Amino acid sequence: MSHGNMNLTLKVWKQKNKNEKGRFETYDAKGISPDMSFLEMFDVVNEQLISSGKEPIAFDHDCREGICGMCSMYINGRPHGPKQGITTCQLHMRSFKDGDTIVVEPWRSAAFPVIKDLAVDRSSFDRIMSAGGFVSVNTGNVKDANNILIGKNEADEAFNAAACIGCGACVAACKNSSAMLFVSAKVSQLALLPQGQVEKQDRVLNMVKQMDEEGFGNCTNTGACEAECPKSISLENIARMNREYLGATLTQNK
Amino acid sequence: MSTSPKLNAKIPEGAMENKWTKYRSTVHLVNPSNKRSLEVIVVGSGLAGASAAATLAEMGYKVKVFCFQDSPRRAHSIAAQGGINAAKNYQNDGDSVYRLFYDTIKGGDYRSREANVHRLAEVSGNIIDQCVGQGVPFAREYGGTLSNRSFGGTQVQRTFYAAGQTGQQLLLGAYSALQRQVGMGTVQLMARHEMMDIVNIDGKCRGIIARDLVSGKLERHFGHAVLLCTGGYGNVFYLSTNAMGSNVTAAWKAHKKGAFFGNPCYTQIHPTCIPVSGDHQSKLTLMSESLRNDGRIWVPKKQGDTRKPNDIPEEERDYYLERRYPAFGNLVPRDVASRAAKERCDAGYGVGTSKMAVYLDFAANTMRYGQIEANKKGIHSASKEQIRELGVAVVKEKYGNLFDMYKQITDEDPYEMPMRIYPAVHYTMGGLWVDYNLMTTVPGLYALGEANFSDHGANRLGASALMQGLADGYFVIPYTIGDYLSEEIRTKAIPTDHEAFVKAETEVQERINTLFSIKGTKSVDHFHKALGKIMWNKCGMARNAQGLKEAIEEIKALRAEFWKDVRVTGEQNEFNPELEKAHRVADFLELGELMCTDALHRNESCGGHFREEYQTPDGEAKRDDDNFAYVAAWEYKGESNFELHKEELKFESIKLAQRNYA
Repeated sequence: MSHGNMNLTLKVWKQKNKNEKGRFETYDAKGISPDMSFLEMFDVVNEQLISSGKEPIAFDHDCREGICGMCSMYINGRPHGPKQGITTCQLHMRSFKDGDTIVVEPWRSAAFPVIKDLAVDRSSFDRIMSAGGFVSVNTGNVKDANNILIGKNEADEAFNAAACIGCGACVAACKNSSAMLFVSAKVSQLALLPQGQVEKQDRVLNMVKQMDEEGFGNCTNTGACEAECPKSISLENIARMNREYLGATLTQNK
Repeated sequence: MSTSPKLNAKIPEGAMENKWTKYRSTVHLVNPSNKRSLEVIVVGSGLAGASAAATLAEMGYKVKVFCFQDSPRRAHSIAAQGGINAAKNYQNDGDSVYRLFYDTIKGGDYRSREANVHRLAEVSGNIIDQCVGQGVPFAREYGGTLSNRSFGGTQVQRTFYAAGQTGQQLLLGAYSALQRQVGMGTVQLMARHEMMDIVNIDGKCRGIIARDLVSGKLERHFGHAVLLCTGGYGNVFYLSTNAMGSNVTAAWKAHKKGAFFGNPCYTQIHPTCIPVSGDHQSKLTLMSESLRNDGRIWVPKKQGDTRKPNDIPEEERDYYLERRYPAFGNLVPRDVASRAAKERCDAGYGVGTSKMAVYLDFAANTMRYGQIEANKKGIHSASKEQIRELGVAVVKEKYGNLFDMYKQITDEDPYEMPMRIYPAVHYTMGGLWVDYNLMTTVPGLYALGEANFSDHGANRLGASALMQGLADGYFVIPYTIGDYLSEEIRTKAIPTDHEAFVKAETEVQERINTLFSIKGTKSVDHFHKALGKIMWNKCGMARNAQGLKEAIEEIKALRAEFWKDVRVTGEQNEFNPELEKAHRVADFLELGELMCTDALHRNESCGGHFREEYQTPDGEAKRDDDNFAYVAAWEYKGESNFELHKEELKFESIKLAQRNYA
């Protein structure tokens, strides 16, 4: 079934599981429409592979509207491809030219082992969240919502930090595989809000400790994470986390 | 009509406004030391699942959570855009628990259970309190209080929101509560696991069979109770606003093992989605209902008008919702708005290349906002262009992410020209039948959130799905589960080498073997797309007896072909997305038949279920309360064999009436 008239060459990372060695394989993507998303282009290629009896390419994806953070793919050397501020599912083929060769790899980081082909294990992010990415408030023990007044600007700033989708592009973009942008977004959101004040010191110390234990690298202020973040999470969050962390290490009596 | 003896809704006695308070205060409790030895399995980690799991763990139960995604944070609740309703009356505009209750019953076209809906309205305020306590960054006013906006089917402003990402923020709140419990060791998280079947022992649900999606291995898990928080089944239509992985498998397996399926034909078609652009399309993207606050929907007055929207003068535009429904205008409920769009397009007034779209236009409100901003800033002689610029900034703050998404997908700039939109499958009001405790007809098996049928009748109001998911998880199940588990404190954990577990796992294994052994010629997606076409054309926005009868036969034939000719690549013991899809589509191929059967038997129109034979002279849904004021709960009796049981709907607090939004 033909959809459009773009023809592309894909060089895609194939790897059976985390223990085996991977390699690039070349595929033809024929009859691609510029209106397709990058993942829909993969659907077409996989459909062709299945019909010729070959194994399709495994990749993570779910909501396909840019919010779940499941899709990954390192496309032509950039997480989520050539456009800024979007996930792979929101990248459309009109961003490429007929005849292009596109190289697609998984996120590369020791803390994100490959599961298969382009799918990686990001459970390290969940464990960082478990270490402190919350307000310890059990269901039911809260007051009326409007008892907490929060200035619009603080609320907006907290929201901007909270917009992180946990996709891991920041780690993939970083030459050190640092997770500082991800961790700092959650630390910032809660540090900016009155609800987060009580635990703010424990939170930053515990989350950073877990981040280090997971094998993420250090931050050297390159800023690639911010440039590649599909939700444009700001580097200011890292600055805020560093301040929180320093404050906590200086004043905590433990 | 009388209710089937197999259905006991267990609605508490007493006046509507006292039922929940009294029940909550008298339902059996489990003491803290006993909770520690009671195990609860939660399948699904969206709003309902994450909130239930976190809360039950906080209470002391031993909880296991399963999700098929790589992290609980990816559940499709994340994609909900517009907001969450709560009867807080913060805007002093006359809202109350009763009004939210009334709006929801009326919006659902009088096909939901009053007692459940009243409880939902009662706990709605607690949800907002809880989420704010967790640090959910809702939109706020300059004075620091929470902001509200309007949604369809209501005349008050009771919707709380976080830009166009309300679902994301609420889910991350519930997820953080869940991860806190995971960190404490009270919840065991099983990500990248899919539930393959439930396990019943002596008539009670005692666990599940799950597949580890990375290793491919089948696992047995025991639970004193099992909670299915697995969302809706809109993906039976192939194209929908659901995530690619959203599926009916958990609910369907439960159905085949004794859980009755309630009102399967009630499907919500959302009026404002980005239209289909080609046959490559894998999913449809919603443009939030909140846009109808500020967007005006119109088509040209002239059939087949090919002018660009901005070239069509005001007097040649038909704002058909404002024309037909002056009282609610663009904020009529979803089913009404969707049908009205279809009516215009079918009559030849559609726009865009496919002619299956209408305009959603922000120009007028952009100018209105711009004028307010100019006044605020004291700019008295602002030019039109200046006003527009100021207005665009306001619109950007309210809906920026949605506008960006629209532009990304369509390559058109909605700040410059109206959006093109068309209805698409969005939500399923039907689901597993549950009693007041949220328990299915299988003791010990519960269904929460979109997976159950109870609160939205035949049509859900906007911003009520988030409310229901969190109500069920945070504030209903933690109480109602005590009614069952208090009787289970003497039940020791059943070892998973019990014959029932062995048998269930064997059956799953045999099905996997069969899927691989077919080695046919067509991909799983081929069958899914074919099923979607049948469902959309014959069991979609409009249905009729003839079409439904044809659909049932077509689905049967397609299902037979699937089991003869599907090709599933790869192996079982590895990460294999094709195998996952094959399981899900096989279940959709059975569900689709039940949906059509239900739609065919319901000889009336109500909410999202529009039977062409039953409409008023002006094209509105025509209910038949004398014969159909009941929940259709279907019992599985074997392939293509479903037995109907009825739960009579009694309306004690609200008088049945023809819905009127004009």
